[in-house]
Amino acid sequence: MGNLGIIFRRELLSYFATPLAYIFIVIFLITNGIFTFDLGGFYIRGQADLLPFFSFHPWLYLFMVPAIGMTLWADERKTGSIELLLTLPIRLSDAVLGKFLAAWVLTGIALLLTFPVWITVNYLGDPDNGVIVAAYIGSWFMAGGFLAIGSCMSACTKNSVIAFILTVATCFLFVIMGSPILLDAFPAWVPQFLVDAFSAMGFLTHFDSIARGVLDIRDFLFFTVFIAAWLLASAIVIEIKKAN
Amino acid sequence: MIEIANLTKKFDQFTAINDLNFNVQEGEVLGFLGPNGAGKSTTMKVITGFLSPTAGTAIIDGFDISANPMEAKALIGYLPEGAPCYGDMTTQGFLNFIAQIRGYRGEQIVTRVQHVIEEVELQSVCQQTIDTLSKGFKRRVGLAQAIMHNPKVLILDEPTDGLDPNQKHHVRELIKNLAQDKIVIISTHILEEVTAVCTRAIIIAEGRIVADGTPTELEAKSKYHHAVSVKLTDDHDLAVDLAGIPEIGEVEKDSEDQLSYTILTKNGQPIFTKVSEVAHSKQWPVTEFHVNRGELEDVFRMVTQHTQREVV
Repeated sequence: MGNLGIIFRRELLSYFATPLAYIFIVIFLITNGIFTFDLGGFYIRGQADLLPFFSFHPWLYLFMVPAIGMTLWADERKTGSIELLLTLPIRLSDAVLGKFLAAWVLTGIALLLTFPVWITVNYLGDPDNGVIVAAYIGSWFMAGGFLAIGSCMSACTKNSVIAFILTVATCFLFVIMGSPILLDAFPAWVPQFLVDAFSAMGFLTHFDSIARGVLDIRDFLFFTVFIAAWLLASAIVIEIKKAN
Repeated sequence: MIEIANLTKKFDQFTAINDLNFNVQEGEVLGFLGPNGAGKSTTMKVITGFLSPTAGTAIIDGFDISANPMEAKALIGYLPEGAPCYGDMTTQGFLNFIAQIRGYRGEQIVTRVQHVIEEVELQSVCQQTIDTLSKGFKRRVGLAQAIMHNPKVLILDEPTDGLDPNQKHHVRELIKNLAQDKIVIISTHILEEVTAVCTRAIIIAEGRIVADGTPTELEAKSKYHHAVSVKLTDDHDLAVDLAGIPEIGEVEKDSEDQLSYTILTKNGQPIFTKVSEVAHSKQWPVTEFHVNRGELEDVFRMVTQHTQREVV
């Protein structure tokens, strides 16, 4: 096991050493249930798919994922343990990636525990399970995108509440970037390619097609590059801000 | 060997350490002294690779901390200021994590962690969460992680800060035992600690070295070095009796105890015999009579306040 693996393991275990992981998972499952069955009209639609379940995920993640992300670096800096961690013979990339992966796996575990919804829809009808698997993976990648923003925002400040607010605000921006309301607001003189580029950065643009079962490798590529970019930004911010 | 050459660290406009140069050899226990904000912690953070220097180098046993950080960091055990740990872990869990990062595997982890736990006497709190430990125990957990890999270089930022006298004594004994074939650098503002454990002391102020030597050498810089303290039973004008002797400087009267005097030397020469002859012939009513070694505290104030005045 390399240093990345050791850090990953420590981080993941520490989520479960405190009530944080359990509270996160329970609240995630409850809100997921409310969104899907109540607001989403899961039964009323009379269709054997999980569209109402997945289409609420961007909005659910908007508040749930920053709560995990906010502690990633802010707490290390506040308690000073960052000094301990970064004077150990490890690379900064091991630390950034290890922490990110641990948090990402936690969201993955929460997501996997929604499996009763999947059982329900299979019991009631005959859904396309390939689409559902793809949508699960897509949803997990989107959570990774939120989390990577959280990692960077958390590196910016010692205060985890500030990190939370910054993360929610930034994530919100990326969620709505592709929405028609925002795109229509562009004045006519803005060149079309700029509007397209702006829209292409939006989470909804990519996630909506994934949730509907349109499996496009470019959507996954988008989230992968997005995560990589924000993690790189995290490393740079840590390097700059660690002194104070 | 640690070689520090032209080491400078600036934060925006503020220069925290300014052109430091010194070497530390194996077997030396270097005490790093200075007023608060003098740059002690910053120097340690640069040597351990937490902060990168603005200019200059720190070379740990041939490895430049900036160019070969992994190799250099592997040689160093570091206790940061305040001994930060992962508070939600147990002592055992935390030390296991450090052992893994330090490259121990399988059975080795168990034996090594057991060894450091015994060395710093953490047996009673192995399974306790670090957050619930007392300050003294937390400090010892920090020490345990620093000595985990039996490092060649041990850098301890205020290792005894906040400990009770027994714990301080224990930590100092530990440092002395560890020091034999290692390089130890400890920062402190407790001067008695320097006399107790260090073989050498560097005093820094305003980011510069203002004094460097063994504790005895530094004490010799004090104006009280070789001075003679006298306690009388009855008041007596000592200055008149001593007036003719060229080696003797001024006579200070203790501000609290009116019958205690300190006789200073003029140019660092021993004056004990001279003073005792006079005391004998003039029949001073003496109850106490002893020679001062000089006070580190006095030297500390002298060299650090001197630079502050210079800056103003």
